[in-house]
Amino acid sequence: MPLLNHDEIVALLLSLKVAAVAVACALPAAMLCAWLLARRRFPGKPVFEAALLLPLILPPVVTGYVLLEWFGHQGAIGRVLDALHLSIAFRWTGAALAAGVMAFPLLVVALRSAFESVDRRLEQAAATLGAGGWRIFFGITLPLSLRGLVAGLALAFARAFGEFGATITFVSSIPGQTRTLPIALYELLETPGGESGALRLTWVAVGVALIATLGAALLLRSGPRAELDA
Amino acid sequence: MIQLDFTLQRGEFALQLSLRSEARALALFGDSGCGKTSTLHAIAGLLKPARGRIVLDDRVLFDVHAEVDLPVAQRRLGVVFQDVRLFPHLSVRENLRYGAARADAAHFDAAVQLLGLSALLKRKPDRLSGGQARRVAIGRALLCEPTALLLDEPLSNLHREARAEVLEHLRGLKRELALTTILVSHQADEVRALADAVALLDDGRLRAVLPIAEFARGQGASNARASVGSR
Repeated sequence: MPLLNHDEIVALLLSLKVAAVAVACALPAAMLCAWLLARRRFPGKPVFEAALLLPLILPPVVTGYVLLEWFGHQGAIGRVLDALHLSIAFRWTGAALAAGVMAFPLLVVALRSAFESVDRRLEQAAATLGAGGWRIFFGITLPLSLRGLVAGLALAFARAFGEFGATITFVSSIPGQTRTLPIALYELLETPGGESGALRLTWVAVGVALIATLGAALLLRSGPRAELDA
Repeated sequence: MIQLDFTLQRGEFALQLSLRSEARALALFGDSGCGKTSTLHAIAGLLKPARGRIVLDDRVLFDVHAEVDLPVAQRRLGVVFQDVRLFPHLSVRENLRYGAARADAAHFDAAVQLLGLSALLKRKPDRLSGGQARRVAIGRALLCEPTALLLDEPLSNLHREARAEVLEHLRGLKRELALTTILVSHQADEVRALADAVALLDDGRLRAVLPIAEFARGQGASNARASVGSR
């Protein structure tokens, strides 16, 4: 007997795809925001920071509802996307957007802390050697932030993989499109006789979380240190 | 030609300098906290003066009136920091190459040879002794093809052998490269060995600019006084 049935495998693969795409798409914006918070002073910085952290604080259903209002077929952005045949409402891309929004603050927090831990004297030294901002960031700051980056990616991936409230509110539960593993698990619990399937998916979720965490820990062992000895 | 004429405020500390020197190698000499390193950082562009003008060899690096404030990366100054600041995730070769992307192999090899770094190229900075790390920092600064060299206490925190080793290499550089050099030090012997003139700093003010011979005579006399006084 296979470990998982067809529907469960579909939900697992969809969740992996959604989480991977969500984190990959959130990463560049999260890097920029984290760098701004770590390295720049500007008016309204506390408000900017609070706005970035909102998905972490708000009930996920609220985030999902806001996404539906903006990106749904009647939403301001959704109408534009529909016109361009790029609709994301009730599609797996919508699930990825919801998961990305929910994981985004975790990435920002981890990356900000990682950037702040990089000794600025090293960045100054790089500048005296003629390096511009991009070269300093990709050659010095980012490699020395590797530990925080990996930790942030692992956390964000786990959060995106487990995303439920915003996803079901925004894109509902469509098998093969938006029914991710947590949603499938919830529906199994609501279905008479679905307990054994729910238990299997629970073990799968635990397994994925453990692999993400252990993988990150293994990568962190070999990462460079960010401080000067002096 | 070195022209430093600026005011810099750092918290309670005010640095006010007005000096002009034709020396090829000028030492900024004074006790800790007199403003030597702040001066060097202002020249490098890491600190911004409130007013004034900084010119090295006819290159205006900073001039409030002319609204010139060259970014750090465009000043083309080889800075050797007191705390070395090698990039910990890069090998010695990669550290040397960082500012020398366009340097040809011959130039790179010559600098490596000059500073005796051939055997260290594959090492990471945490596997270097203090003297070796200092030599790599000097090499890295030289390879970015600087128009001038800024050395911040290049022999500090080194044991006697490492100090002698780095000093020898710096003497060699002074002989072989005609680079304008500004050296920060509070060690008279270091200044005598490496500088042509000395700017004496005290509590953020310039007290005098002396040719090295006069500085050495003065140091000799004050050492003699100290020696007599201690008997």
